[in-house]
Amino acid sequence: MNREIEGIYALWKRELITFARSKSRVIGSLGMPFFFLAILGTGLNNAFPLPTGGNYLQFITPGIIGMVLMFGSMFSGIIVLMDRQFGFLKETLVAPISRLSIVVGKALGGATTAMIQGTIIMVIALFLGAQIQILDVAMLFAFMFLISIMFVSLGIAIASTLQDMHGFQLIMNFMIMPLFFLSGALFPLSSAPEPLRIISMLDPLTYGVNGLRFILLGHSDVSFGVSLAVTSAFTVVFIAIAMYLFNRIEE
Amino acid sequence: MNAIEVEGISKHYGSLRAVDGVSLSIESGTIFGLLGPNGAGKTTLIAMLVTMRRPTSGSARVNGFDITKQADSVRKSIGIVFQDPSLDDELTARENLELHAAMYAVPKQVRHGRIEEVIKLVGLEKHLKQQVKTFSGGMKRRLEIARGLVHHPKILFLDEPTIGLDPQTRAGIWDYIKKLNEKEGITIILTTHYMDEADSTCQRVGIIDSGKIIALDTPENLKNTLGGDVISIKCGGTDQCVNEISQLKWVKGAVKHGGFVDVRVEKGEEKIPKILRLMEQHGIPVESVSLHKPSLDDVFLHYTGKTIREDEAGPRDAMRLRRRAWGHRK
Repeated sequence: MNREIEGIYALWKRELITFARSKSRVIGSLGMPFFFLAILGTGLNNAFPLPTGGNYLQFITPGIIGMVLMFGSMFSGIIVLMDRQFGFLKETLVAPISRLSIVVGKALGGATTAMIQGTIIMVIALFLGAQIQILDVAMLFAFMFLISIMFVSLGIAIASTLQDMHGFQLIMNFMIMPLFFLSGALFPLSSAPEPLRIISMLDPLTYGVNGLRFILLGHSDVSFGVSLAVTSAFTVVFIAIAMYLFNRIEE
Repeated sequence: MNAIEVEGISKHYGSLRAVDGVSLSIESGTIFGLLGPNGAGKTTLIAMLVTMRRPTSGSARVNGFDITKQADSVRKSIGIVFQDPSLDDELTARENLELHAAMYAVPKQVRHGRIEEVIKLVGLEKHLKQQVKTFSGGMKRRLEIARGLVHHPKILFLDEPTIGLDPQTRAGIWDYIKKLNEKEGITIILTTHYMDEADSTCQRVGIIDSGKIIALDTPENLKNTLGGDVISIKCGGTDQCVNEISQLKWVKGAVKHGGFVDVRVEKGEEKIPKILRLMEQHGIPVESVSLHKPSLDDVFLHYTGKTIREDEAGPRDAMRLRRRAWGHRK
């Protein structure tokens, strides 16, 4: 058991080292959310009244944090593909540790780096003048962790079924972007047309964004209890799928 | 004691018998070479021994552990160097070794010492803090060998350890491998395309073709069983040439490959004029004739009817070679 924990720790550390070394990845991952906040957020700040009250920058801040968490953790998961293409995955697969430990190490590492990115963008939002209040710091980080684990698992599951990086662009455009736009990160779902609202209810990120919005703003379209329950349920399902698919990788 | 005991092991993929009832034992402390053309089943056999693939039937013990029932114990007791690079380029040499040590449960107190020890063995101690992406192909290979040794395995598996490296680096790698075997007493099991290198390095070799072991002995004995000399004739009409020569009673064997016919005889220098006369009588144009003692290449040709030259490597190997040659960056 101790051995498995050592292995998990080592793989977690590897994720952090690699993340810290690739400055382009860190900066690149914060570029788009920064522009959303700085340009879209401040640009539309006084353009229209929100049904929920408050200004637009404040409204999208939890949404953008959710987006950073999703992008960062999905990417960490999908990077399994690169490990595979460049051979490193083989080294971990033949080591005397279980595949469960490999997935857990990877997922914890990916979640940690995603949370670092999420925290950075939250600080940036504060500097831009977003009025957010953190109701409960422990709850905030716990919820950020939950969202990250959910999407790392989804990323690992996807990576386990793809053969190379060619499919990555497809996933980016047809999965990650729609998930982001449908989540109600940029507009209130309560005033959205009925069909859109129904589709949004199938999006795991909707519950992530609404949970964050409740913690940071004190109100949300979906109640906090429901957000927490649904996010947890999606997380469990995605972990199970990731484990199942990762176990099937040969070599 | 035997490091490896294989009993009737097979691996089938659909109707393809990649490995077909192989039995084999390898004594502890030897350097054993597994030779075979592409697709002969070398890599599949090794993949089963290192517990990456499960055999369809048959069994094997590695260091006394059963490969299906005690896979974890097998994994802990062996080191593996893959044919394709498997380092993390973003990490430094030390970080790669530390990660490996953690996954193989090397106790924390001895980790530092082990890393110093293996890195010296491959002569990379000055590059410990460098990121692997700055390494040359040969340095990466040496680091992979060092990594395979961090957890003090009793057996080291090397799949094509020198493929794609320049001749000088190759010679260096073989020196390290021999040194390891002599100093540390580690059993080494390798596959290679380079027959002359196998000849000078391996104490025993097994030739595998179409999933079956067809010859198993010391390189010396294998060459001796062929006996005499080999006359290589480059000529037009190799089929006719083989036909005519095979009829001579002093010819022990004649095979064609490429544009050549290899003839095995005793006292080769006396037979060359006779062969040339015969060729002239039948009007077969001869471009060149050479005489040499049998090499492992000839042994290989004798048993498989094929040569194992690098230029026969398939497109996948060609890609591997290029990737190594370019230092293979992310």
